[in-house]
Amino acid sequence: MSEIAHSDTAHRIVVKAHPIRLYLVVWGWLFVLSAFSYLVDYFHLTGVLRYTLILTFMMLKAGLIVAVFMHMAWERLALVYAILVPIGAVLAFLAAMAVEADYTLLTRLAFFTQGAS
Amino acid sequence: MDTAFTEHRTREPESGLATIVTDFSADQRAFRNVSWGKAMMWIFLLSDTFIFGTFLIGYMTARMSTAEPWPNASEVFALEIAGQHLPLILIAIMTFVLISSSGTMAMAVNYGYRRQRRPTAALLVVTALLGAAFVGMQAFEWTKLISEGVRPWGNPWGAAQFGSAFFMITGFHGTHVTIGVIFLLIVARKVIRGDFDHGRPGFFTGRKGRYEAVEIMGLYWHFVDLVWVFIFAFFYLW
Repeated sequence: MSEIAHSDTAHRIVVKAHPIRLYLVVWGWLFVLSAFSYLVDYFHLTGVLRYTLILTFMMLKAGLIVAVFMHMAWERLALVYAILVPIGAVLAFLAAMAVEADYTLLTRLAFFTQGAS
Repeated sequence: MDTAFTEHRTREPESGLATIVTDFSADQRAFRNVSWGKAMMWIFLLSDTFIFGTFLIGYMTARMSTAEPWPNASEVFALEIAGQHLPLILIAIMTFVLISSSGTMAMAVNYGYRRQRRPTAALLVVTALLGAAFVGMQAFEWTKLISEGVRPWGNPWGAAQFGSAFFMITGFHGTHVTIGVIFLLIVARKVIRGDFDHGRPGFFTGRKGRYEAVEIMGLYWHFVDLVWVFIFAFFYLW
């Protein structure tokens, strides 16, 4: 990793330039992981195995894109936490709505399907 | 007193969680080593994460709570190619195209750091072409589904919410890709014209153009790819 100094700004900003090889390797991994996710569907995997594999490949791809392509791995922790911590709110919302949707399904099954008078 | 003060100032943590405290309690700048443009793009992307997050949560809620069977995406998005029945093949190709565009974008940013005008511009144009190809395939997919009778209020295969979730989520993502392609072409034009070599000001501003614009553009484009990773997993594969 070499440092290239940009002195064309009021604040002198030093950016890190990585070898092109790093991006090609990550690109290759993203291809492989995408192919794996496609194969999950192609081989009709079902149940817990299917969902685990889909989530694993998804998180690995997302991690590679954010960490390397978006350079988050080299940012200061203040920026990393300012962006990543609020996403916890999305996860909390997700959990709340999963519980709510489950309840809605139960009431629909109880009142709107056959057998309900 | 004075010496104690200076000692305190020079003993700033270099790494670890303590840097968060010192950065956020710093005067003037919380995000050091990051220009305002880059910080604002990150914050915009966080807000966009909330938008796509709520779309996907809305889709999850509709899918979990419906008593009707959900259409099988694997079959809905299958294509016949050369007599072969391939499930989800168009979506797989779209995924590879978008990942490739992210690869070329990352390389464009890298050449931008090195201030190499021609490779930067060429890679930006390739990225824009791949993005346009993605939007074209999405238009094909929409046309196919609409001709098969998928509407936001119903479809031939099952739960009515399938159509509304599909059009809403992929439509919003496709809009992001389209805006990204336009954004890419504008930045590519600036690069090839040498705006960032000569510090030519932008259209709406007196600030000098800098190669950092390529990096900020890259953040947006990678985010569009990132959103597709989640849509691919939750809408098409789940």
